[in-house]
Amino acid sequence: MDWLRSALLPLQGSEFAKEIDLMYMAIFWLSVVMFFALMVPMVWFSWRYRYVPGRVTPHQTHNTALEVFWSVVPLLICVGLFFWGIWGYMHFAVGPGESMEIQVTAKKWLWQFEFPDGTRAVNELHVPVNKSVHLVMTSEDVLHDFFIPDMRVKRDIVPGRYTEFWFTPTVVGEHTSTCAEYCGKGHSDMRAKVFVDTQEKFDDWMATGGDEWMKHPPEEWGKIQWDQKGCATCHTIDGSKSKGPSWKGIFGKAEKLKGGASVTVDENYLRESMLQPQAKVVDGFEPIMPTFQGLLRENEIRGLVAFIKSLQ
Amino acid sequence: MSTTTADLHHDPHGQDPHGHGNGHGHGHDPRHQHHFATMEQQFDTSKIGMWLFLATEVLTFGGLFAGFGLMQNKYPREFVEAHLQLQRLPGAANTVVLLISSFTMVMAVLSARTNQIAKTVRYLWLTVGCAGIFMCIKAYEYHHKFEEGLLPGMFYHHEGDLIAGSHGYSAFFSFYFMMTGLHGLHVLIGMGMLSWLAIRAKRGEFSDKYYTPVDLVGLFWHLVDMIWIYLFPLYYLIS
Amino acid sequence: MEHTLTAGSVTGDRPRPEKNYLNQTTGIWSWMTTVDHKRIGIMYLVAISAAFLIGGVFALLVRLALLNPQHTLFGKEWVTAEAYNRFFTLHGVVMVFLFIIPSVPASLANFVLPMMLGAKDVAFPRINLMSFYLWCAGAVLGITSMVLGAVDTGWTFYTPYSTTTDGTVSLMTMAAFVLGFSSIFTGLNFIATVHKLRAPGMGFFDMPLFVWGIYATALIQILATPVLAITLVLLMIERAFQIGIFDSRIGGDPVLFQHFFWFYSHPAVYIMILPGMAIISELVPTFCRKTMFGYRAIAYSSVSLALVSFIVWGHHMFVAGESDLANVIFSALTFLVAIPSGVKMFNWLSTMYKGNISFETPMCYVLSFLFLFAIGGLTGLFFSTLAVDIHLTDTYFVVAHFHYVMMGGTVIAFLGGLHYWWPKMTGKMYKEIWGQVGCLLVFIGFNMTFGSQFIMGGQGMPRRYFNYLDQFQPIHAFSTYGSWVLGSGLFLTAINLLASLKMGEPAPDNPWGATTMEWQSSSPPITHNFEEQPVLEHEPYDYRPRTVTHV
Repeated sequence: MDWLRSALLPLQGSEFAKEIDLMYMAIFWLSVVMFFALMVPMVWFSWRYRYVPGRVTPHQTHNTALEVFWSVVPLLICVGLFFWGIWGYMHFAVGPGESMEIQVTAKKWLWQFEFPDGTRAVNELHVPVNKSVHLVMTSEDVLHDFFIPDMRVKRDIVPGRYTEFWFTPTVVGEHTSTCAEYCGKGHSDMRAKVFVDTQEKFDDWMATGGDEWMKHPPEEWGKIQWDQKGCATCHTIDGSKSKGPSWKGIFGKAEKLKGGASVTVDENYLRESMLQPQAKVVDGFEPIMPTFQGLLRENEIRGLVAFIKSLQ
Repeated sequence: MSTTTADLHHDPHGQDPHGHGNGHGHGHDPRHQHHFATMEQQFDTSKIGMWLFLATEVLTFGGLFAGFGLMQNKYPREFVEAHLQLQRLPGAANTVVLLISSFTMVMAVLSARTNQIAKTVRYLWLTVGCAGIFMCIKAYEYHHKFEEGLLPGMFYHHEGDLIAGSHGYSAFFSFYFMMTGLHGLHVLIGMGMLSWLAIRAKRGEFSDKYYTPVDLVGLFWHLVDMIWIYLFPLYYLIS
Repeated sequence: MEHTLTAGSVTGDRPRPEKNYLNQTTGIWSWMTTVDHKRIGIMYLVAISAAFLIGGVFALLVRLALLNPQHTLFGKEWVTAEAYNRFFTLHGVVMVFLFIIPSVPASLANFVLPMMLGAKDVAFPRINLMSFYLWCAGAVLGITSMVLGAVDTGWTFYTPYSTTTDGTVSLMTMAAFVLGFSSIFTGLNFIATVHKLRAPGMGFFDMPLFVWGIYATALIQILATPVLAITLVLLMIERAFQIGIFDSRIGGDPVLFQHFFWFYSHPAVYIMILPGMAIISELVPTFCRKTMFGYRAIAYSSVSLALVSFIVWGHHMFVAGESDLANVIFSALTFLVAIPSGVKMFNWLSTMYKGNISFETPMCYVLSFLFLFAIGGLTGLFFSTLAVDIHLTDTYFVVAHFHYVMMGGTVIAFLGGLHYWWPKMTGKMYKEIWGQVGCLLVFIGFNMTFGSQFIMGGQGMPRRYFNYLDQFQPIHAFSTYGSWVLGSGLFLTAINLLASLKMGEPAPDNPWGATTMEWQSSSPPITHNFEEQPVLEHEPYDYRPRTVTHV
């Protein structure tokens, strides 16, 4: 009966999909049986007891045993389905111990994904195969709903609160996710691609921080990092003083250091200041900058340097 | 046919197929509508109708009570603080005024039932008077809220709240104005109906044989009172 | 005069009265100021038919927009996403609030319910007329809202989209608010009528099952609609004052709106389906010429459905951010709905057993109803099973499911009832064959349109989608072709009925040989319904041969 399942349901892309499909097909066959149990008598009676002028019909008012029977049997079936249903639901709503947590932000009309290490991607969700994924979702404007048909998972995304679910993808390849709660003009175009990768491919992707960086010129990419990685808290780009030196016009300048020495601000100095900030602190500033070793990727460092260079 | 004007009042259009002129030759009460077998049945039916209407009223306010409860649950501290801005004395006075009006309403119905129509008229106007006092005190309270900027939603601009910028205060006053406003609207409608009854009573339209409108408006008026009895502690006496 | 009445025989031997409710008085004004429940019923029938036409046009536009993924017609792109969003919103709003909620109660039941009880009118004729004018006011507001710029929120008005979108949302919610009161007054009238205006000797369990169904419906109208009214008021005030109850930007909770909304709108589903079931419960014994099997079970199931309907609203929100515990509880309660619905199905079928069944148009609609409602009901099981609901909710599977219940159930039953009581209402017989052909076309078209949507939904096609993946194109096209068949079936039915007004044979008083009281009147009835106050002589569906007395 696999052909029927694949005609009625999409690809089975997760552990959860197998459970759902089993339930779906069980209810499907139950419904088919019930449907014929109703329709066969209907058609048979229509034919067998078709109108004959003058025939007198029996005066049957009720039959308690029969009525109890057809109340109780459906009730028992329903009780069974109910317990099966919550059993499956728990696998969706309650996570396993170890999961990769991904923050999902929905807004009109795009999806933003943020990985544990801060990597972000728009409209592209990369996940490793056979690993449990935990999505924590919120919306910036109206209701949305993250729905991956192949994984059989779906949950509304509500502004002002977090909703979540878990799934474990099992099929490597590209899947589609859609928005399933009406959100206006772009509702039907609010799709994201879900890439289920092998572990190696996924690690590669994570190491480069996705391919978002390739979509921007280096200076722009640097500016995005300045904004997102927290540089902006201490470094201005318009020359005004803050907790750290302003980046405006700093490239190529000779800076006086604490203790009297001086240094020319070049690529190597910038790189060193990001990774070991306490090594050479500019005079007049506190040594308060944390290290960004491990937090900045090569492409991000390159971007930042390019950005600082551009601020003349 | 009796000589009262009620019949004309009900059926101003002669072509109304339910008029009373077609075939009911026997002299019956002109207020007796043709689709009821007896006046008693007609009275009982009207009463059922009124009770059903009151049920919908209770549910309408019920929705607002539920909304208030949910918001109170969300902003417990703001709600306690905001309720201190309400003036308990006028609120309590209003409760007393409405309780008195309920009593006069009962007396109006009772005197109509016992055919003391002059008394009915007097008690009806007394009830209208109480309702008027209630509205005046309410207006005074509203005036105070407007002065202080204790207004619903985005119009809220009161200074000196403990939790500055919280939405809890404006939510409190949104519900305060919605619920007391809706209640006030009911009082106004009630005043209109009571005055109309008093005028009709004065014209001698009611007697111990027919006092359905007095009875029904009485039921409505008690509901209006009862809603206030719930509103008063809910808003003025939060702890 | 005394003669033996053979079960199911056609009686029409009385002379026709010269004056009936249609020609007692004449002129537009006599209709507009009437308090006759029959005339108000007819006015409602005309009004809701107009609403059905408008809603139907929007439905055809929705289907046409989805004919192909490029949204082209004769090679030209003709519709935008904004227009599509308005089409489906207006289709929903018009069909739900203007058509299906008032459909059976305000038109057919208004006409026949007092007569079934042997009464001369409903309890409060003037309130009945007021209900009609409230409906008109609501319709005017709704149409104004459409003309002034339309609404694109979906008929559910979900926040915060509805509090932030432009457009005439407040006007449309105002329309729904006013229509709610129209519905409340209809319900209030029926409850008082049933309690106080039954014919002498008629107890609650001597009432026709149609009356039971409408009584249960009226209970919901009274108890649920006020909550909708207040919800819509809150929504309007939220838009105007930003009080922060539903809009999360100012501290509100969007899910709260859904709770409020479905607390009404789920019972409203039963305002829609119970009258449909009530009609079927009349048609089955009449055309099987056999007493109703399990009368009490059907009566109780109507009332229990009405009660259960109040405690299952949360099943609309299984994935909407409701707590897991709430989901489990609502799932359990939802399964309860299956039992009384099943009981009705089994009882209708048992009534057919050893019947004497003929297949005039109303009975064709009964068979159509049983087929479609079986599918509509059984597909409900998929949704009440919590885990499966996660995949299917908000997809075309839902769209298909509720159309099978609402259209396949209520509208089909409504059409059956309309054909059944048409001779009584108009005094004319329509052409049987065209009625049957219309029924068949509607049946085929309906299954094409919505049966295919079950498949799309299961495969993951979300609802309210303007642009869709190419893989769904063939099924979408098939569904659109189905909507044309469905539309032509309805068109044929309308022509057939309207033509009968001019060309139809005069109807006998009791063309179907039915046993309930409304058939004791002439066709069309006189203004006061009956020449003499009818008295209960037998159970509502007693087809045993007996001696009757006409005085």
